[in-house]
Amino acid sequence: MSELLELTVAQAARGIANGEIAPDEYFEAWRMAAATDDLNAYLWRAEDGVGAEGPLAGVPVAVKDIFCTEGMPTTAGSRILEAYVPPYTSTAVRHLREAGAGVLGKTNMDEFAMGSSNENSAYGPVLNPWDRGRVPGGSSGGSAAVVAGGLAPCAIGTDTGGSIRQPASLCGIVGMKPTYGAISRYGMIAFASSLDQCGPLTRDVTDAALLLGAMEGRDPCDSTSVGIEGGVELPSREGLEGVRFAVPAELAHDAIEPGVRTVFEETLKTIERLGGEISEVPLPHAEHGISAYYVIAPAEASSNLARYDGVRYGMRVEGGGDLIEMYESTRAEGFGDEVKRRIMLGTYALSSGYYEAYYGRAQKVRTKIAADFDAAFAQFDFVVTPTSPSVAFKLGEKTDDPLAMYMNDFFTVPMPLAGIPAISIPAGLATPEGGGPRLPVGFQIAAPAFAEQRLLDAAYALEQGIGFDAKPGGDD
Amino acid sequence: MSSELEAVIGLEIHVQLSTRTKMFCGCELSFGDEPNVHTCPVCLAHPGVLPVPNEEAIRYALKIGMALECEIAPRSIFHRKNYFYPDNPKAYQISQYDIPLAVDGRLGDIRIHRAHLEEDAAKMIHVGDSGRIHGSGASLVDFNRGGTPLVEVVTEPDLRSAAEAAEWARLLRETVRQLDVSDVNMEEGSLRVDANVSVRPSGSEELGTKTELKNMNSFRFLERGVEAELQRQRELIEAGGTVEQETLHFDPSDGTLTSLRSKEEAHDYRYFPEPDLVPLAPTEEMLREARESLPELPAARIERYEEQMGLEAEPAKFLASDPGLGGYFEEACRVAGAEVGPGGGGVEPRVVANWITGDLTATLRQRGDEEDFADPTVSAEDLAALVLMVTEKKISHGSGKAVLAALVVEGGDPAAIVEREGLAQISDAGELESIVAAAVEANPEAAEQIKAGNQKAIGAIVGAVMKETKGRADGGEVNRLILEQLGD
Repeated sequence: MSELLELTVAQAARGIANGEIAPDEYFEAWRMAAATDDLNAYLWRAEDGVGAEGPLAGVPVAVKDIFCTEGMPTTAGSRILEAYVPPYTSTAVRHLREAGAGVLGKTNMDEFAMGSSNENSAYGPVLNPWDRGRVPGGSSGGSAAVVAGGLAPCAIGTDTGGSIRQPASLCGIVGMKPTYGAISRYGMIAFASSLDQCGPLTRDVTDAALLLGAMEGRDPCDSTSVGIEGGVELPSREGLEGVRFAVPAELAHDAIEPGVRTVFEETLKTIERLGGEISEVPLPHAEHGISAYYVIAPAEASSNLARYDGVRYGMRVEGGGDLIEMYESTRAEGFGDEVKRRIMLGTYALSSGYYEAYYGRAQKVRTKIAADFDAAFAQFDFVVTPTSPSVAFKLGEKTDDPLAMYMNDFFTVPMPLAGIPAISIPAGLATPEGGGPRLPVGFQIAAPAFAEQRLLDAAYALEQGIGFDAKPGGDD
Repeated sequence: MSSELEAVIGLEIHVQLSTRTKMFCGCELSFGDEPNVHTCPVCLAHPGVLPVPNEEAIRYALKIGMALECEIAPRSIFHRKNYFYPDNPKAYQISQYDIPLAVDGRLGDIRIHRAHLEEDAAKMIHVGDSGRIHGSGASLVDFNRGGTPLVEVVTEPDLRSAAEAAEWARLLRETVRQLDVSDVNMEEGSLRVDANVSVRPSGSEELGTKTELKNMNSFRFLERGVEAELQRQRELIEAGGTVEQETLHFDPSDGTLTSLRSKEEAHDYRYFPEPDLVPLAPTEEMLREARESLPELPAARIERYEEQMGLEAEPAKFLASDPGLGGYFEEACRVAGAEVGPGGGGVEPRVVANWITGDLTATLRQRGDEEDFADPTVSAEDLAALVLMVTEKKISHGSGKAVLAALVVEGGDPAAIVEREGLAQISDAGELESIVAAAVEANPEAAEQIKAGNQKAIGAIVGAVMKETKGRADGGEVNRLILEQLGD
């Protein structure tokens, strides 16, 4: 049975299609593996398997607990949705099911996807399988940890400012944020609606392409969805001959852990070895990405999270008996500190008299960041950066310093602000600052909107060139 | 007393659209069904749901915008209006803010500031003595209404009296009714009117501080509420006070106005563009379809009746108020050869109009019938035939009324009724002359008075002739013969 767990999803799917592997046996093997979760990565696990047909028949998918799944609890990592069971299923999960896949479990996450370490979950932090004293990243920390820790063959998550790519980087797996609109957001619990996008967390680039292909598409239930024209094919590119990669000029001055910088520079050499070209490109507004992001995302969140009022579903705390007290008590007890912090930030940013100074300006910065990328893509095929300025940090290390925590998203927020796709692939291992066992470092590649196929092809070629094969517990 | 204080009134009208489904989900619209049966995850604001705009609602809103002669925005934007209340499950209402669907129109003499699309709130029922949320034992929410498409029409502050406001609101209702996009029923809440009321010294261009009167559920209450508020503001200012900006509730049962919230308590709605929706950009096809589907609307019809058909303002307004009635009038005019207009031969339209607005309506009303001209007991053809007989002096006006009364009761051919009742006018000059002579002889006192120059005395003799002829004589001719015989 354990050989089944060694297979990538694409390999297993091929075996199932050939009749070499029984889909229910494959699913069951993973169900047993998931049952051994000691990372606090799952919030709910499936009791039985699936028997559906399709290209992903029998494939178990770990689903971030932000996706509504009819009949299964869906908490978004929040106390306020404890015991909430949605009456409907998100489009992304429905598409996976239609392709034959099944939900293996619902994964832990930062509450309402707000966080970069998974320490903001109401259900406790997820541990990084590489070092259980460290965070897996966030907010899709559970989804990254189950794939890295051998508790699921693949997972899906959501990325608003880096919530797929950063945990993928910190856990040594592949994580991809598609173009805004590629996959329907229907049934994905909203954090920041203009930024949120669903994507895969997988062992390799091929599996990411497989899941993306199953999930993308225009959805009549999401007015902002468009799908990816021509769909997604499994990548097969060899080498990077003539492909033009650009490194942001500002990167030289950015605060990056030395070990991360070393792996990044080695990866650039790998690109050149594969025939790719490396240049510098100015992205002058990217450094304001964090500021713009932490106005826009909280502003939208303050509105999106206002529906959790105790009236219709989820938690209700009566308080003194009057309506306002019920609202206040419910939200005071139901939300954690980071969520409250962002609701207050966002409410302030949208207030009469402050709107232009904050939300209005942030939107202008957003436009400029998008224009910077447009200019870069007029000359180059891809923009590359480290995914995260550091490797996985220790549990509790940044919980008292929200700004330090926010800086984790420095390299990942510009892409959702511009609506463009980006992928993080594992590029090597680095010793964390302060010492300790070596930990994975992610390499981020960003592409123009809807250039997912080119992005996957290049990432695949680079993945082959890097040959990353380290596993948690297998190093040093 | 200082100079006159002029009333300045603007209206905000919420029109519930009669689409098949809600504004942003597929739930059916309903009125009076069991509570909470027309709901889904979207209109209950479950986590993760997204709005999808109702195309039919957009088409309806375009019709309203065009009927109000507005400019239609090529790309209008939905915004979120954020506030907490149990009737608002998302805690924001999707509405339009700085770029609405339609702007700068007019209806009659009143300018339209804007018309935009939004969604209705759910309905709340407060159990207990107060009937309001404060002090109620419990509050129940019925989400059937939540998410119903609404068009909000906002006028410029062009109305100058409570009566004008009510009359204009009636015109708006009639206009929207004829577009066939709403039930426009004020009691059921499918048409809701708020009024912004202020006063200012006559001749001033500046606007005074306004108050907002909420949800008056009939035109009568609208007029009374605005009147009461105008009076309150005038008395306040004349006593040296100032008007405070606030939202008021008018209680029609005792005419009182109570404050719902002051300016300080006004919400900060934290409007921002709804990220779940793309801009609303009507296609050329949608614009064309809306334009082509517009019927001739009351305001245009009133203008045509007055300017092209020579009607006075009142009958024009009356006949144009209902497309069935207007159609009836125009058909009768056509048959009576009146459509060519005043002085163009045939019967003048205003004569046909007088028969409809006067005798026919009165007769129907007397019988207790609704004036339903879509399915009349007297067809437009029969009415036209009747009017023609009177105009051509084949029967007298009085006989005409009698024929009409008979037609209303039993229907049939007017000419046959004239025949049967022997109402044909006495056309034999000799016969009428001898009847007049007999009447003059029988009323010597009146004859003397007429000779002495008292024209009014002629009535007695005319009356006698009419009695003798059972109204079949032409009044003008009788007058002429009397005066002739008295040697005038």
